[in-house]
Amino acid sequence: MNGEPQEVLKTTYREAVREAIRDAMRRDERVFLMGEDVGRYGGCFAVSKGLLEEFGPERIRDTPLSESTFVGAGIGAALGGMRPIVEIMTVNFSLLAADQILNTAATYLHMSGGLFNVPLVIRMATGGGKQLAAQHSHSLEGWFAHIPGIKVLTPATLEDARGMLWTALEDPDPVLIFENSTLYNMEGELPVDAGAVDINHARVCRQGNDITIITYGASLFKVLDAADILEKNGICAEVIDLRTLRPLDDATYLSSVAKTHRALIVDEGWRSGSISAEISARIMEGAFYELDCPVERICSAEVPMPYAKHLEQAALPQTETIVTTVKRMVGTNG
Amino acid sequence: MSEGKIIQKGVHGVDCEHALCLLYQMMFIRRFEDKSAELYSAMKIRGFLHLYNGEEAVAVGAMQALTPEDAIVATYREHGQALARGISAGAIMAEMYGKQEGCSRGRGGSMHLFDAKTRFYGGNAIVGCGLPVAVGLALADKMQGKKSVTCCLFGDGAVAEGEFHESLNLAALWNLPVLFFCENNLYAMGTALKYSQSVTDLSKKVESYDVASSSVDGMDVLAVEAAVKKAVEFVRSGKGPYFLEFRTYRFRAHSMFDPQLYRTKEEVEEWKKRDPIDTFIHRLKDQGLINDTDIKELEEKAEAEINEAVVFAEAGTWEPVEDLTRFVYSERREV
Repeated sequence: MNGEPQEVLKTTYREAVREAIRDAMRRDERVFLMGEDVGRYGGCFAVSKGLLEEFGPERIRDTPLSESTFVGAGIGAALGGMRPIVEIMTVNFSLLAADQILNTAATYLHMSGGLFNVPLVIRMATGGGKQLAAQHSHSLEGWFAHIPGIKVLTPATLEDARGMLWTALEDPDPVLIFENSTLYNMEGELPVDAGAVDINHARVCRQGNDITIITYGASLFKVLDAADILEKNGICAEVIDLRTLRPLDDATYLSSVAKTHRALIVDEGWRSGSISAEISARIMEGAFYELDCPVERICSAEVPMPYAKHLEQAALPQTETIVTTVKRMVGTNG
Repeated sequence: MSEGKIIQKGVHGVDCEHALCLLYQMMFIRRFEDKSAELYSAMKIRGFLHLYNGEEAVAVGAMQALTPEDAIVATYREHGQALARGISAGAIMAEMYGKQEGCSRGRGGSMHLFDAKTRFYGGNAIVGCGLPVAVGLALADKMQGKKSVTCCLFGDGAVAEGEFHESLNLAALWNLPVLFFCENNLYAMGTALKYSQSVTDLSKKVESYDVASSSVDGMDVLAVEAAVKKAVEFVRSGKGPYFLEFRTYRFRAHSMFDPQLYRTKEEVEEWKKRDPIDTFIHRLKDQGLINDTDIKELEEKAEAEINEAVVFAEAGTWEPVEDLTRFVYSERREV
C-alpha cells in the first residue's frame, strides 16, 4: 500500500464471521451452511442473519435438532464433493456429535489408508460470561485439540473471524472453529479488502521482555488489558494469541519464552488435562533451562459454570488475577 | 470375483447366466468367510472378525441394481458387500493381514474396508454411524445434480440408535436419494431384537417418518434382487429415501470371541434349512439349470480365486513403521 492508509470498515465480530460465510458462498458453489436455526431464525447468535434471503434454502439449510446426524451428514457431503460449513449452536451441544467428530471425521483418512479425506468445517460458539449456566457455557476447544486428524481454530480478533473460515474451507481435512460467544458484539475496524489468513501460526500481539503470556479466544482481551496495567507498573509483557490449538505453533511461544524467561498461560478451559497443561509441558520439554520461574496457569475454576453473575465471573480468568499473578511471578523471581 | 459360465438357456423366467452369477458370488463369499475363519485361527488375521455366513443373499442381491456411480456405506460385517461390490478378494485379504497392499493399506482391518473406485465408504464400526454419512453423501449428489443413490447397510441393532431415527427423518425431510438397507439378523450382537425393541416390526418405525418401505426374505437372492431393483428405481426417480428390511440370519458367531450363549443350536439349524446358497442351488436344479458337476466347478473356481487372494496377502509387505503417522492429515492440499 506504499504507506497509504488502508480503507477500513467499522464492523463487529459477528458481522466479520457473516461476511466470511458470505464471501465463501460467493467464491465456491460447493460451500453451503447447515445447522440448527441458521436460516429462518438467522442463527442462534444472529451470525447467519440475512443469508437465507441471499442464498436460498438449498445452501442455507435449517436442520432438525439432530447434532450427530447433521454433523455426520456434513462429513458425507464433504466426502461427496461439497464444502459444508456445519454450525453447532454451542460447544456443549457438540458433545451430541462427538462420535461423528472423533470416530468418523477424524478417522476416515487414516482408516481408509489415505483414500478418503473429509474437507469439513464445523463452527460453534464456545465460552462463558453470558450467564448461560452449566449446559451452555463451557470451553471444550482444548478437549477437541486432543484429537489427531482435526484442526482446532480459535479466532479472537476481527481479522481472524473474517479470515480463518476461507483458509479452513481450503483445508482438505476437518477443521473446527470455536467462536467465543462474548466476542460476537465486539466492534472494531477491518480493511475493506480483508480476506483469508494463515492458520498455522500463533501471533505475537504485543512485544515485551519480562514475561510471555500465552492465551487464545476471549481471554486475549483480558490479557491485553492486563498488559496495559502491567506496563504502567513497569512490567513489559509479551502477549501471544495461539489462534490455533491444534496443531500448536510451538516455535512462536518457545522463542518468546527464551526471550522473556517466564511464561503464564491463560485458558478459559478447566485446568486439569487442559490445553494449558499441554503447553506448560511443552515449555518444560522445549525451554526448561530458559525459565527463571515455574510456568504458571490461570484457568477456569473446576466447577460446572454457575448461573449467578458474581459466581460465573469468579469462575472465569480475569484481568485482575492476571495482573497479580504476573506481578508476583516477575517480582519474586526477578 | 468373476461371473459364472453360461450353461444353458434359462427356464421359468430365471436368466440362467445371471442366476449362475448370483450363485457364484454367494458361494464365493461363503468360502471367503470360511477361509477367513481358518486364517483367524492360524493367527494370520487378528482383531475383530465378523463373518457374513448366512447373509450372502443380501449383499449379492443388493449390489445388482447399483451402478458404479452409486455410493455404499457399510458396517463392520462388510466382507460380503465389499466382494459383491467388486473390491478384489486379494485387496480385502491383504487388508485383514494388515499388509499395505490391503484396500485400506492395513490401517483399517476387517472392520474398515474402503475403496474409492467403487465408492465404498467403509467398513464403519460404530453402530449407526454410517447412516448420517450416507445422508450426507446423498445430499452432495443431489446438490450437484447427480443421479447417484447412496446405499447404506446396517443391522437391526442400529435401529435402536438415535442416529437411525435422525437420519430417516432428515433423509425424508430433504427428499434425499438414500437406500436404507437393514440386515435384520435378529440379534444385536447377543441381544435378540425382542429384548431391545418395544416394536419389533421395523417397517412400522419408518412409517412415522413417511419413508417408503418393505420387508423381504433375505435368504432368497432373487427376492432381494427384485426388491432392491424396485427400491433403487423409486429412489433414483427422486421420490426420496427407501427403507428395505432384509429378514436374514447369521450362521456363525457375532465375532470370533462369541460362545453364542444367547441362542440355541436348534434355532441355528432351523435357519440353516433356509441357507440362501443351498436353497438357490435346489431351485436351479429343479429348473434343470444346473447339475452337481457345475456346482463342483464353481466351488473349485472360488477355491482357486480365494487361494490366489491368500497368496497375494501372504506376499504383501508391511508398511514401514516410519510411516506410522501418515494419513492423519492429508499430504496434498486440493481445493
